[in-house]
Parts: sequence; structure tokens; C-alpha cells
Amino acid sequence: MKIGITCPYSWDVPGGVQSHIRDLAEALIDEGHEVSVISPADDDTPLPPYVTGAGRAVPVPYNGSVARLSFGFLSVSRVRRWIKEGGFDVLHVHEPEIPSLSLLACWVAAGPIVATFHTAIPRSRVLLVTYPIVRTGLEKINGRIAVSEAARNTLVEHIGGDAVVIPNGVATRRYRKADPLPGWPGPGGAIGFLGRLDEPRKGLPVLLKAFEILGSQRPGLRLLVAGRYADADELLHRVPPGLRDRVVLFGQVSEEDKIRVLHSVDVFCSPNTGGESFGIVTAEAMAAGVPIVASDIDAFRRVLRGGEAGELFTTGDAADLARAAGQLLGDPARRTRLSAAALAAVADYDWSVVARAVLSVYETVVLGSTRVAVTAAGGEFS
Amino acid sequence: MITDIIIVVAAALLAGVYISWRAGRIDRLHARVEMARAALDVTLLRRGSVALELATSGLLDPATSLLLAAAVHGTRGGDRPRDLAESDLTRALRAAFGQPGFQASLSGKEGAGELLAEVEAAAHQVFLARKFYNDVVAATREARRRPLARVLRLSGKAEAPEFFEMDDSLVAGNSGAPLSL
Repeated sequence: MKIGITCPYSWDVPGGVQSHIRDLAEALIDEGHEVSVISPADDDTPLPPYVTGAGRAVPVPYNGSVARLSFGFLSVSRVRRWIKEGGFDVLHVHEPEIPSLSLLACWVAAGPIVATFHTAIPRSRVLLVTYPIVRTGLEKINGRIAVSEAARNTLVEHIGGDAVVIPNGVATRRYRKADPLPGWPGPGGAIGFLGRLDEPRKGLPVLLKAFEILGSQRPGLRLLVAGRYADADELLHRVPPGLRDRVVLFGQVSEEDKIRVLHSVDVFCSPNTGGESFGIVTAEAMAAGVPIVASDIDAFRRVLRGGEAGELFTTGDAADLARAAGQLLGDPARRTRLSAAALAAVADYDWSVVARAVLSVYETVVLGSTRVAVTAAGGEFS
Repeated sequence: MITDIIIVVAAALLAGVYISWRAGRIDRLHARVEMARAALDVTLLRRGSVALELATSGLLDPATSLLLAAAVHGTRGGDRPRDLAESDLTRALRAAFGQPGFQASLSGKEGAGELLAEVEAAAHQVFLARKFYNDVVAATREARRRPLARVLRLSGKAEAPEFFEMDDSLVAGNSGAPLSL
């Protein structure tokens, strides 16, 4: 299949939508499809071979913050040319409600169009006011995908109609291999945590309490903590003084370092006390093959196959976490078994699986339809 | 003796006249601030409504239209302070008008020339009205700051007027003339 994908945000800025498009495009290419992505990008940014640059994105205020977007008649003609030359079977636009390339693509294209909605936003009047402007474009969409229930609800409320929910995938291959950080995990063993440190629902306080117990039982055991936090000192003061030098804070880490962090520990801990719908970090740890101790909230119970692919402990119970993690640290054979089970389980969430779900949407909308072409509307702009 | 009394009375009279003249001046300045503020509000509203007309005219591509409409919407009492929201609209207009060949791309379209000229004129009026407003605010604040005015509380209960700061230049990096299109 020949697939054209539009990205509304600048390719050179890291972001959830951009990585979603990258992972989806690469998974589709692996399946043998021909994929072309058009995205705003700085002229000197090195782009993957499947990405066409649509020129530099312009920083503009939108909804109270500054976004880097592509708009205007020059962008229109670039999108037109890309569609004309691409000869796509299907056009897949992302976030077409944002004033950027995806909206323009909907405007100039005719033929099978699939749209993916990423954001969940509270009901706002600005959408009601601006809907007449985007309606012509949005009405051409034949199939709609939302990446989460929350995104789907937003869509249903604001724009009407419905969407199929296809969640983000995990690029398992990217996580499979990485060098541990220098000196890790170390002879005394290491436990890892990744996530927002100042959000109590991520459960770091439970893990710190458990580390008090474990740290005194196991001299040399260290705790590696990576994630955004406001006050490192405050965090360290929650640990007894004797253990403080064994809690190592890494702050916010890059995508690559995140993978290295996962490979730097003997046991990864997901102590969340709730609020996760899927647990992407846990799934990424599974993809890295690190044995996992997780709280037994529904989301983790599901991805860890009820405890088969990772150890579960009673949510919020530091003593139970210390028990479970301690057992794992003392049993290398069990760790190896859990690692293998986690790798097998996370395959269900791989991008290749997600890509197949997206493909079936493509296949549905192209039925009885012609190829993607450009319409006369907007022709005046070329 | 008599002459001394006459001199004292005359001095007191003169001082009274002078003080009342100063108080009257501060009062007139406050009134002028209010008029200038009303004029500034009118130009901002005018600019917003012409920008919205451009956004919904169908002359522009939908992305630019959406940006403009959202920016205009933001100026009408959102969570964002007025000065920031109005500056956002300026930046959205600048992003649209600043594209190379923007005017040429619309030439020959019915009504495009008039509408663009109207937007530019409205933006220029905002620039002028804000300049005049800030001028009189500066004069008022200066008059209120004088020792005599402070000691005798000549400004009464009127609060010191605030400057209105915003980005109102249609040309990036140019805080002087807003127009060079």
C-alpha cells in the first residue's frame, strides 16, 4: 500500500506525536508498505529517507502557548505537490484540528483519508468558535482513530462522530539492547525507578519506604531514580541519612539514556498507586527485558499477565514491595525467567501489532474508493 | 505691620490658587487617561473584529484562518491577561502577513485588497492609540509623583494609571512603525 502521513509539528522538536508517527511509519515500512511522511522541519535537520520536509515551522501563539506549526499558502502548495507526486492509496493525517499541515492536507485532498487524534483536552469554547473553519477539512475524513479513551471522548464531545481507539505501541526493538550506565548495576545490585518524582500517584514514596527496609538488609544495594523533579534535597531527606548516598538521582533523561537506565538495574519497580491506563514505562521496561516488580493495579495486572511476566505487590504497601523485590534480588534464576516472560508478553504491544490494527483501518476506507488526489479547492493557491 | 499682613495674605492666596491649579491639572490628566483608554479599547476591538472577518472570509487557507480566529477569541476574556492575549493576536497577524509573497498570493481575489488594508489600518490605529495612552499615563504618573502632589494628596482617591504594554508591531523586531507592508 502507498501511504502518505502528515505530521503537524516540527520534526526536529521532540514530542509524542512526532515519535508516534516515526514508530508507526517504520513499522509500516517493515511490513513492506511504501510510506511517505510530510512534516515541518528546519532545512538543516537530517531527516529519515521517508520524511519530506515542508519547510521551517513558524512559532506562533496558539491556545495560550507558542507552537511551531506550518500554515499559509506556501505550505498549501507544498502539501499539494507532495500529494500529487505521492500517488497515495490512503492519506493518514495526525491532529487535523491543529492549524498546521494535517488540516491543510485535508483541505486540498480528495479520496480516502484517515485521521488520528492524540490529545485529550477539556471542553473549550475556542473549538466551537473555530469549528466552522475546520469543518470542510474534517468532514472529508473517512476513518478516525483516537490513541486513548480520553482522546476519543474529546473528539466525540467537540467534533461529534466516533473513533476507534488504537493505543500507542512500544518500539520494543529500540529497547532490547543498550549499554548500562558506567558502574551500574554494581556488585550490590540495583533497583530502578522512572517517572515524575513529584507526582504521588507514580508511587515513589512507597518505593523509598521499601528501600529503607531493603537497604538495611542488603548492604551495597542502590536505588537509581530518573525523572523530572523540583527539589532533589527534599526528596533525599525522605531517606534515612545512612542510606542517602545509595539513592542516585539522574533527573530527566533523554530517550536514549532512558533505555540505558533500564539496562542498568537488576530489578525495575513500578510502584504506581493508580491513574495509569496502560503503563507505558512498565511496558518499556518489559521490552528492555528487566525483571519487574509492580503494584497490582489493573493496568499492570493486565500487561504483566496477572503476575506471570512480573512480580506484583499490594498497591501502596512498602513492606510487601520490600518482600517482593528482596526475593527477586536474591533469586537470579527467577529473574531470568521473568525477563523472558516479560519480553514475550510485551510483544502484544509492539508497534508491529499496532501498525496492523492501523492497516485494517486503511483497508476499510480504501474499499471502493479511488486514490488520493488533489481537489480544485485550494487550487488557486498553487 | 499692615504691609506684612497684606504680604502674608497675598502669599497664602497665591499658594492656594497654585495648589488648586495643580490639583485641577492632575484631575484633568486622569480624565484624559480615561479617554485615551477608551480610545485604545475601541481600536483593539476594531482590530479583533477585522481580523476575525479576515479569518472567516475564505480568502486564507484554513490553518491561517484557524490561527487568527483562535487568537481573536483569546482576546475576549479568556484565562490569559488582556495584554498577553492582544500580543498573541499581533503575533498571529504578523505570522500571516509576514509570509513572503503574502499580499501577492491574494491579489486578484474579490475584496482581498480592501480587507487586508483594513486589517493593517486597524493594527496601525492600535499602535497609535497605545502610544497616546501611554504618553498621558506617563504625564499623569509624573504629576502625581511631585512632592507637593504627594504631600497634599492632590490626586485624591484616584489610583495611579497603569501603562498598557503589548507587542503591537506587524513587523518582527520593529517596535517603531507597525507598517511596512
